[in-house]
Amino acid sequence: MISEKLKLITHRSSLTTQIMNWVKSIIVGIVFIALFYVLNAAMSSTGFFGIGIDDYQARLLVFIAINVILATSLNLINGFTGQFSIGHAGFMAVGAYSSAYFTVTYGKAIETSLGMLGETLASSVVLLIAILIGALVAAVAGLMVGIPSLRLKGDYLAIVTLGFAEIIRIVILNIDAVGGATGYTVGGYANFLWVGIFAVITVVVVHNIVKSDAGRALVSIREDELAAEAMGVNVTRYKVTSFVIGSSFAGIAGVLFAHYNKFLSTNDFQFIKSFEIIIMIVIGGMGSMTGAILGAIIVTILPELLRLLPEFQVGATTFKFADLRLVIFALILILTMILRPQGILGTKEIGDFFKRFRRADKPTGGLE
Amino acid sequence: MDTFVQQLINGLTIGSIYALIALGYTMVYGILRLINFAHGDIYMVGAYAGFILATSLGFASQPSAFGFVVTLIGSMIIAAGIGMAIERFAYRPVRKYSKMTTLITAIGMSLLIEYLFVFFFSGTPKSFPQLLPSDNITLFGNATISTSQILIFIVSLLLMVILQYIIYKTKIGKAMRAVSFNLTSAKLMGINTDFVIAFTFALGSALAAAGGVLTAQYNPKIEPLMGIITGLKAFVAAVLGGIGNIPGAVLGGLLIGAAETLVVGYGDKIGIPSTYRDAVAFAILILVLLLRPAGLLGSNVQEKVYLVMSGEW
Amino acid sequence: MTRIFLAICVITSIFLSAACVDKGGNNTTVATGDTIKVGVYGDLTGQTSSFGQSTKNGIELAVEEINNAGGVNGKKIQLVVEDDQGRPEQAKTVVSKLINQDKVVAVLGEGASTNSLAAAPVAQEAKIPMITPSSTNPKVTETGDYISRVCFIDPFQGSTMAKFAATTLKAKTAAVLGDVNSDYSKGLTKFFEEEFNKQGGKVIANESYTQTDPDFKGQLTKIRELKPDVLYIPGYYGQVGIIAKQARELGMNIPLLGGDGWDSPELWKLGGAALKDAYISNHYSADNPAPEIQNFVKAYEAKFKVVPDSLAALAYDAAKVLADAIKRAGGTDSAKLKDAINATKNFAGVTGTITLDEKRNAVKPAVVLSLDPAASKFTFKETIYPEGMTPPTASTNTANGNTSSNTTSNTTSNTNSNSATNSTANTSTTNKSVSDSK
Repeated sequence: MISEKLKLITHRSSLTTQIMNWVKSIIVGIVFIALFYVLNAAMSSTGFFGIGIDDYQARLLVFIAINVILATSLNLINGFTGQFSIGHAGFMAVGAYSSAYFTVTYGKAIETSLGMLGETLASSVVLLIAILIGALVAAVAGLMVGIPSLRLKGDYLAIVTLGFAEIIRIVILNIDAVGGATGYTVGGYANFLWVGIFAVITVVVVHNIVKSDAGRALVSIREDELAAEAMGVNVTRYKVTSFVIGSSFAGIAGVLFAHYNKFLSTNDFQFIKSFEIIIMIVIGGMGSMTGAILGAIIVTILPELLRLLPEFQVGATTFKFADLRLVIFALILILTMILRPQGILGTKEIGDFFKRFRRADKPTGGLE
Repeated sequence: MDTFVQQLINGLTIGSIYALIALGYTMVYGILRLINFAHGDIYMVGAYAGFILATSLGFASQPSAFGFVVTLIGSMIIAAGIGMAIERFAYRPVRKYSKMTTLITAIGMSLLIEYLFVFFFSGTPKSFPQLLPSDNITLFGNATISTSQILIFIVSLLLMVILQYIIYKTKIGKAMRAVSFNLTSAKLMGINTDFVIAFTFALGSALAAAGGVLTAQYNPKIEPLMGIITGLKAFVAAVLGGIGNIPGAVLGGLLIGAAETLVVGYGDKIGIPSTYRDAVAFAILILVLLLRPAGLLGSNVQEKVYLVMSGEW
Repeated sequence: MTRIFLAICVITSIFLSAACVDKGGNNTTVATGDTIKVGVYGDLTGQTSSFGQSTKNGIELAVEEINNAGGVNGKKIQLVVEDDQGRPEQAKTVVSKLINQDKVVAVLGEGASTNSLAAAPVAQEAKIPMITPSSTNPKVTETGDYISRVCFIDPFQGSTMAKFAATTLKAKTAAVLGDVNSDYSKGLTKFFEEEFNKQGGKVIANESYTQTDPDFKGQLTKIRELKPDVLYIPGYYGQVGIIAKQARELGMNIPLLGGDGWDSPELWKLGGAALKDAYISNHYSADNPAPEIQNFVKAYEAKFKVVPDSLAALAYDAAKVLADAIKRAGGTDSAKLKDAINATKNFAGVTGTITLDEKRNAVKPAVVLSLDPAASKFTFKETIYPEGMTPPTASTNTANGNTSSNTTSNTTSNTNSNSATNSTANTSTTNKSVSDSK
């Protein structure tokens, strides 16, 4: 009853504006796909009309995109719903390994049976099925973590999510069929084009969720769970849903990572990985989509920039800045919390900087 | 039978260390409702502080009981100082912000300590000097107990008794209990809450450091990342016993230690390989939080609404 | 929302412009004047950083010596070192950087098989030779013909100890306590078990631990109940030292066996007197009096203030093999360099005579060393040869330091003057050469 009234109060654009928005989105989408296609071609060994991107930089770009997916999905859980999930790497691992097992076992068979479609199309189909599998398994994992979250508050939830991620990692480590301690070599079904497309899909989906009524419900849970419950928001459903959606996107990131990196090892999914994702959204601003993207870019690029710095002497030993990578990250995190806890963008989006171009009838973004 | 006793002794030894660390977690949570993520790393800092003291003061080359005592107390003092510094410079500024912020600060602090130590001491494990001889005493059959284990039991017990005295028989202890009950009211009663908080951190850190030095005597390998898993398990111990409850932390620590070792020793009889040892602690945590969140000795968690009204939530 | 995407576009195009590289050319020659750039990657700050550091040290020493002697083909070698923090994803990234950004002619690394496995495909695809000093998993070189190693592989090392246990120690039952997180440990366990069973023995217990375990008495107590003849601990020195101590505390006085993961100066500090009655399989023996080895040990100690472990020795050899291959190839053309590396034959290294077989793995004997905790050193016990390799005759003894004399169990000095008589004793046995040292 109260929620009905809430819905009436919220802005509802007219049908034409909605269609216009969709058309705009599609055009933007096409532009992006074209851009990614060009970049992807540039990454191949022959390059794009002779101009190319070498493997190292290509890797960085792909990792930026993967980190965008991870940061955005974590932002949904931590930033918008206000839950303390610090085990995101666990969902990524689950998605990565389950999809990898699928492609390693059935990939070739499916490709040959789809041979008539041509090589690119056949491998794309395999990748898409793999992504589906990874997302589903990760969603199940998210469900398993999300349900206890209902009874747990704050710090307890954090420890439980951490524990889950560790348990997942230990379990995977003990499964020899996916490489165990040695590592798992995986087929290279993913390339920048796919990774970029899914990064865009993730941002679009999460953005739409956040801007919708569901998004307002999530934010209300973040701001004051008790009041939200009193206002008729089904807190249970929203909390679990945000976990499931967040985790399935993390799973997708895992699938893409597995099939681009072509190698999986549980050493890459330790707590440090979850910590890196947390830093991404904290630096950028936990309630901001743009912030998450910005954070993802910074966290991916910064260590590589550190490698370029020269060595420095302290007493008799030489040090490299690159060795201080994690110390620097930790310091950035702490200083951000002390000096500017809302991160760079807070809850603002990049659109807020272009307010003067905004038309009068459009609702402003986000709750301040 | 003697194997079982052996495993039990092993488990209680580890458990005592968990108990020492858990006490720090539970005390800080009691007064600040903050899980000090970095607490496990104070345990590591204590071990390293002891290492530096022992080697620079020459005890390493001339082991003695006096050297051990100096190393133990010295590392406890150093850790207490570091604990207070962390509270003052990292936690106090963010106390006014949301829980999420304080939690993230704690995580960041934990990683900062770990990787600073990796940077300065290298990730290579170091070997803590043997300051007291480690002999084996046969109890019966094949069950042995080493003098290091006995040392751990005795020192832990001593420290816990001292802590109990401080908390229940001194003025500062009374202040600590008041602040843990309700910080605002304690302030209103004229208690210098900042000082009490700092003192609590100092106490907790000292205990964790003692745990570090004792462990290093028993298992001489020390490395910068040794605090992570141990700290996490100690946290589980604190929750198991009832977070905020001091005897609970001790009980929780001993139970987790025993459970872990028994799983290693007998787990394969029920299908759990010994390598899932670490998972035992997490499994216990999840069970406790789902079934009895107050822990074994904890008081019931007050109604959320009451807490909201009193401004505490 | 459009603005977000616009912003991303802008950022991406900035990267594009910085990244453009002419893909027309090939990567076969290094146009850097008079230095030869060689890439080194390893774990320098992570959990296995001691291994990475040792590897780096060994390579640095080798390159220093080579450059002081005038370089290779007149050019000096320049090392580009990158840290991968022990993470396979990072290993791949840094190798990609070394090859694509720093334009190295070859890559040396990594110590851990998992990281080598992750990075090898990058080198293989880019057609840049990679030599791993100490990765022992067979899969590493199976990646392709640009990947090679100067150490022997897990199957050989694991079976070496099994043979030793069965034949020299006459053990009938064995227990294994392995590191569950370590591919190296699992590999050794598997092959030890296979060979031990073949030799007629039986592995009666197979327990594991993780590197973060606070103690090992749980597993050891279980093993103690079963009363094995020997205990095989194919792990790293950081845990092995404590395991040995705790095993002795529990009253287990059986021989302890291990692999080259034990080899580190820290082992003695951690294990102390508990390390008596223990043996390991290794690539080389630091107390071998052959001049090359002693020179290496002295030079390493002078530069780094600590006795070299087997990783440092292997890394030293890997660097020298690379330099030798560059010399033989007459340049740094990657295809020619690859062929020269793979054709390495009878290279006299400090870890033995190195010959690469058709799978690009080094074929060389393993030494079994006994531990002497009182003197904090490893003492040569015997040499075990791979299948099909004949022990060398007296004339090649000086180069192949491993076949030095028999040692009786209480003398710690090798008497090289016996080499002539010993080699005849050695040649009479084939692949299970057991020099009777009693």
